Amino acid sequence: MEQNLEAITFTIDGVEVQGMPGQTILEAAEEAGIYVPRLCQLKGITPHGSCRVCTVKVGGSWTCAACTQPIYEGMEVDNSSEEIQTLRKDLVEMLFTEGNHYCMFCDKSGNCELQAMAYRMGIMAPKYPYIYPEAELDASHPDLFIDRNRCILCARCVNTAQEQDGKSVFDFAGRGPHKKIIVNGEKLSDTQLAAADKAADACPVGAILPKKGAYAKPVGARDYDDAPIGSDIEAKVCK
Amino acid sequence: MSQNLETFVKHVCRENGNDAGRMMDICRAVQAEFRCVSPEAMTLIAQECNCDRSQVEGVVSFYHFFSTKKQGEVVIWLCDDVIDEMKGSADVAEALKQELGVDFGQTTTDGKFTLGWTPCMGLPDQAPAAMINEELVTNLTGDKIREMVRELRAGASVKDLVKVPGDGMNADPRLNTMVSNNIRVKGPVIFADIENAVGLKAALAKTPEEVIEEVKTSGLRGRGGAGFSTGLKWMFTRGAEGEQKYIMCNADEGEPGTFKDRIILTECADMVFEGMTIAGYAIGSTEGVLYLRGEYAYMKEYLDSVLEERRDAGLLGKNVAGKEGFDYDIRVQLGAGAYVCGEESALISSCEGTRGDVKTRPPYPAQKGYKGKPTSVNNVETFASVNRIFVNSGQWFSATGSCGSSGTKLLSVSGDCKRPGIYEVPFGMKLIDFLKMCGGEDAIAVQVGGPSGELVNPDAFGRSIEYDDLATGGSMMVFGPGRDVLKVASKFLEFFVEESCGYCTPCRAGNVFIKERLDRIIDGKGDKDDIAYLEQLCNTVKVTSRCGLGQTSPNPVTSTLKNFRGEYESRIQENPDRMELSFDINAELTEAAAITGRMSEHF
Ligand SMILES: Cc1cc2nc3c(=O)[nH]c(=O)nc-3n(C[C@H](O)[C@H](O)[C@H](O)COP(=O)(O)O)c2cc1C
Ligand code: SF4
Ligand code: SF4
Ligand code: FES
Repeated sequence: MEQNLEAITFTIDGVEVQGMPGQTILEAAEEAGIYVPRLCQLKGITPHGSCRVCTVKVGGSWTCAACTQPIYEGMEVDNSSEEIQTLRKDLVEMLFTEGNHYCMFCDKSGNCELQAMAYRMGIMAPKYPYIYPEAELDASHPDLFIDRNRCILCARCVNTAQEQDGKSVFDFAGRGPHKKIIVNGEKLSDTQLAAADKAADACPVGAILPKKGAYAKPVGARDYDDAPIGSDIEAKVCK
Repeated sequence: MSQNLETFVKHVCRENGNDAGRMMDICRAVQAEFRCVSPEAMTLIAQECNCDRSQVEGVVSFYHFFSTKKQGEVVIWLCDDVIDEMKGSADVAEALKQELGVDFGQTTTDGKFTLGWTPCMGLPDQAPAAMINEELVTNLTGDKIREMVRELRAGASVKDLVKVPGDGMNADPRLNTMVSNNIRVKGPVIFADIENAVGLKAALAKTPEEVIEEVKTSGLRGRGGAGFSTGLKWMFTRGAEGEQKYIMCNADEGEPGTFKDRIILTECADMVFEGMTIAGYAIGSTEGVLYLRGEYAYMKEYLDSVLEERRDAGLLGKNVAGKEGFDYDIRVQLGAGAYVCGEESALISSCEGTRGDVKTRPPYPAQKGYKGKPTSVNNVETFASVNRIFVNSGQWFSATGSCGSSGTKLLSVSGDCKRPGIYEVPFGMKLIDFLKMCGGEDAIAVQVGGPSGELVNPDAFGRSIEYDDLATGGSMMVFGPGRDVLKVASKFLEFFVEESCGYCTPCRAGNVFIKERLDRIIDGKGDKDDIAYLEQLCNTVKVTSRCGLGQTSPNPVTSTLKNFRGEYESRIQENPDRMELSFDINAELTEAAAITGRMSEHF
């Protein structure tokens, strides 16, 4: 990256990193080849800040979501202490037990960011009780379906449709534990969602999937079969 | 019917300028007329306001008082609060169920009554209480509510239920409510005599910068809970870039046990509006919005009439109080039942006609608030105090209270004390002195600052009520001998679970898990490890949540773990075999037998 007078210097786990004004911690870290775990954040889309898996500690005193917090000069970010890792693990475990995630027969298995995050963090079995919520499946659309059992309410579909496809397809209804993803109409087929839309491919988990071509990638060739999630970012050689 | 609906929706939307930003008012009107906002109505509203149908559905599903299913002509919302419970709401609930023949969450077959629970409505000093359509009824007993239901069934209107109106302005025909103020102690800031327009004129004689300086001199800190310096907040909002700026008055008053804003609005509405006008002048705004919680809808007409009087007197509108070039007006926005909408950015979302979601920070409301413009959100009591500051002076104000907490504080007291109600006391008062004042010296525990505050034990009674010690937005709940503090904590967790906006993982899911484990301990099925489990879980929710709701929702558990640890330890059994105590094998086998249709041979 071109050195600029305005560049902001800060540290992540004691390592000096440079970023540009207006960048979030997560963005600047990524450019420096440092991975901040994330689920609701999707490159190029307005950060949502809902999963909290990107939680970092700043200046040893306060925590924030790295995907929404802008960087500032001299900031000291803790992205890997045991304390931070514990918080993140707890959050990922919560996402598993508040929904119905049956990885063993989910089409997204091996390509799922939630599952991959659990593997990266070494989660074997969640400590929280399963809630087993009742959730609806909407298969009204000819090419795609939405299975709310697996939704982690990350809004990636909502914002990708809005910002990249220029369509209002998804939104949220309800609050608290009753919050759920809804479509702009009475059912998915009422919306303008098309199979080729970016939104159709934005879901980190198996909540929005194509109807045809299930289990297309064989085991061994799936996204996270070889290396943990985030490895691509960490492998980047920067500056 | 459908024709009716279409005509009505068109009419209501037109009245609201076909503006999706007025979604709250539109949905409130449709709900009142058709007793629901049906899927068909949502589609129509979206068409009329040229917005997404999912926006309408998002709003309707977010607020407690909207429903997609048709409700009865009369909706009875019984207050589901820990204090109401202590004062006998269970008897009232039982009487209602018997009298109506339906359970909570249901509507009678004749379509006449719907029964529901709702969290603290701001009436714990006259509990048990209920909201019947928009009318608040208080000091209920089983017999009293039975009589009310019979009257309503015989054709009485909800207003007919008010036989003896409450004290003070509550008896004014514009309010005519059985709600009482119960003001016990008056102080020099809020409840002292005041003349209209004196403070406003004194402020308008200064420059906006001088007004902000005066507020800074007073040392006034926000009365809504966080205690941020009001002068600084105004300075930031004034300094923020933007032609239009807004003032918002937070009258959401949702923290259980708090009801002081209700009394201020009843008795001192002019002070609040005058404070908002001064604030508008200080930050350079032409418009103020007072966000009134849905439970206080009975006050809307009254507050509108006070605003009208102020317009007539030239205290709102063009050239306010003769000040050339200062135009300012105020409107009242009603909520529809959502505690989180008291959080300032959620309040703004709600006013913008969307779900009451908390917004991402930064930007802060002072930079980018209502409609994307710099906005200062302040509490009702804060604005009333501002009015006093300009009648007396900032210097005078800073001389009352304690160092770091100037002025007085209104405390709303309820629970096990002889004199529940409102007390205006100077900051710095010792908790024990306050308990003597309200007749609660026998307390074994006091919830200071509502569920999001701290449950303290008698060791803390020597501490003082001020921002830097025992901070409170005004809620003081007193618990006497024999009360089970863990059950209190569980009730508060239930509140947070239901009131979470659901945006972020820790608050949406974490609170459910906290409550599950706490209840397990209360049921005597707790394990030693459960304390450590709760401590870690509470910490995760506290430090990773996105807003103040989740950041404080574990407090009922963390503060009881700290101040009443024995209550946990005494209920936890020794468990040398490391059995899963909450696992009941007979119950599981019975369930399995029911599913499979056969019994195991071995049991
Ligand atoms: C969940 C939640 C609920 C809140 N409810 C209220 C409320 O009912 N009234 C209020 O004035 N402030 C409430 N607040 C605080 C507001 O966000 C805000 O700080 C306050 O209105 C600012 O006004 P002040 O500076 O005058 O205190 C709440 C905060 C949170 C996190
Ligand atoms: S459907 Fe998928 S992308 Fe959309 S909110 Fe749920 S998990 Fe996120
Ligand atoms: S903490 Fe999170 S889920 Fe809870 S109210 Fe705030 S934003 Fe919503
Ligand atoms: S990635 Fe930051 S909150 Fe989800």
